[in-house]
Amino acid sequence: MNKLIFKFLGMILLSMTLISSAFATPVDTYEFKSVDKQKRALELAHSLRCPQCQNQNLIDSNSPVAQDLRLEVYQMVDAGKADDEIIEFMTSRYGEFVLYKPRMEAKTYALWLGPVALLLFGLLIGFFFIRKQRITEVDEQELSAEDQKELDKLLKRADK
Amino acid sequence: MKKRLVLFIPLVLFLVMGVFLYKGLFLNPQNLDSALEGKPIPAFQLERLEDRGDLITNESLKGKVSLLNVWATWCPSCKYEHPYLMRLARQDILPIYGINYRDERAMAIRELNRQGDPYTVNIFDHDGRLGLDLGVYGAPESYLVDHNGIIRYRYAGPIDQRVWNETLFPMIEELQAAAKLDGAS
Repeated sequence: MNKLIFKFLGMILLSMTLISSAFATPVDTYEFKSVDKQKRALELAHSLRCPQCQNQNLIDSNSPVAQDLRLEVYQMVDAGKADDEIIEFMTSRYGEFVLYKPRMEAKTYALWLGPVALLLFGLLIGFFFIRKQRITEVDEQELSAEDQKELDKLLKRADK
Repeated sequence: MKKRLVLFIPLVLFLVMGVFLYKGLFLNPQNLDSALEGKPIPAFQLERLEDRGDLITNESLKGKVSLLNVWATWCPSCKYEHPYLMRLARQDILPIYGINYRDERAMAIRELNRQGDPYTVNIFDHDGRLGLDLGVYGAPESYLVDHNGIIRYRYAGPIDQRVWNETLFPMIEELQAAAKLDGAS
């Protein structure tokens, strides 16, 4: 009986390790010169897109290109290169496409400013709409002196 | 009348967006513009595939309009593309330079011996450094290079009759005409 339980537990453990390994991201054995550099490099690699498997960043992707580029980022960070330099290195080879956060330039104004413009447009329309409604409401409330007299007359007649 | 026209604005906006989004359905997200078009071939110095002692540099590729073809034995689409490259080589339109990308030397040579070798010269890029500098993200990829060593066009994927007729060959003719005017061959 005991043996069976152990076997069962063993199987569960084994299946757990199998599951976790299936979801693990690729692990590199790269040693950074300092913890700060490691943090910066990982952040940077997270913000760059793998050109091969296009919906993964350099850390997530296991494709050979992503491995190469990841290593390149690590080495450049360790060599003391600035973030801008590394991003320039990547975009000069793989294009703007690798940036998850596109740069602000003439080509991307619509992308960056479009939502703000749409919001302002919506607010503007809303503003005019509400104002127009208010004006008509006021219009309805105001009766001319003659109309008021007529109304009073009718109301009196109704009272009787 | 003016007010009526204003009422059409949402419909027009909708149609414009519809056209754009409909077009977007047929775009291939794998077709990336190469960042290197219009730029020279990155500087490199690599061994020839068949001969360790023979070093090839980016300067060696200048002088003629040429096709750089990135390939490897591990790449199934390259095998699909190979017969077409053989045909191009027989027609002798332009030199085809192979970049053997992240491959094993012995395996690559064996493959060429067995299937035929369409390449004028084969560059052995074992660790993929030249590939990285070229912005290669998979094989096969081909680069059209003009006589000054400037990359004019990148095509990702296997070359076949259609791509050749519609895109590559017209560009090559144009580049070769420009090269002739410049006095190169």
